[in-house]
Amino acid sequence: MHITVRFFAIHRDIVGQPEITVNVPEGTTMGQLWQRLSDEYPALQPATRSIMYAHNQSYADPSDVLHDGDEAAFIPPVSGG
Amino acid sequence: VAIELFAITEQPLDGGALQQAVQTPGDGAVVLFTGVVRDNFDGRSTDHLVYEAYAELAVPVLRQIAGEAQGRWEIGNVAVHHRVGRLEIGETAVIVAVAAPHRHAAFEAAEFIMDRIKEVAPIWKREQWADGEAEWIGDEKMRRGAGD
Repeated sequence: MHITVRFFAIHRDIVGQPEITVNVPEGTTMGQLWQRLSDEYPALQPATRSIMYAHNQSYADPSDVLHDGDEAAFIPPVSGG
Repeated sequence: VAIELFAITEQPLDGGALQQAVQTPGDGAVVLFTGVVRDNFDGRSTDHLVYEAYAELAVPVLRQIAGEAQGRWEIGNVAVHHRVGRLEIGETAVIVAVAAPHRHAAFEAAEFIMDRIKEVAPIWKREQWADGEAEWIGDEKMRRGAGD
């Protein structure tokens, strides 16, 4: 199944793109998707303890199961205001 | 045209428009908090800032934060606009507008809303230092002196 992944701020610089589409097995969770991305882009790994997970544009848990066509984002520490 | 109460925008922010958007005849106070771009952080000179947001998530998060404040204080309408893109020193990055029958609740709610924005709103600033270096700022609430 295909998942759209959005990257922001430092993560977008690391990946070099604001958005990618990944093909993952049925049943993949948000946490497993992050694991795969941080294997692919090792510079993301140090962020693992500080990210928030966003699934279909809402904050979510790493245990959330993805479905075909979903949007996932991994939110680095924020600095608005 | 009615103004959106919660917005992420590349356009300059207008505090007067936000006051008009939140104020009702029963309100005796409107607090407007304006966050502006400072020329330094801890003495290191800043040339300009670049803000980025996950707007599709940030707008509902701002609305949720306002709802939390409305549950805790006797306040009326709330509006929050945050700017994105390149901002020069002195430009306005964020405005929080809180209307209330009485001022104490509006002041406290506005501060709470800013604190929550810094904790959970998916918005980031990139500091372009005057010495030519640049960096994305993370975990703003942990930076010494942050919150103003």
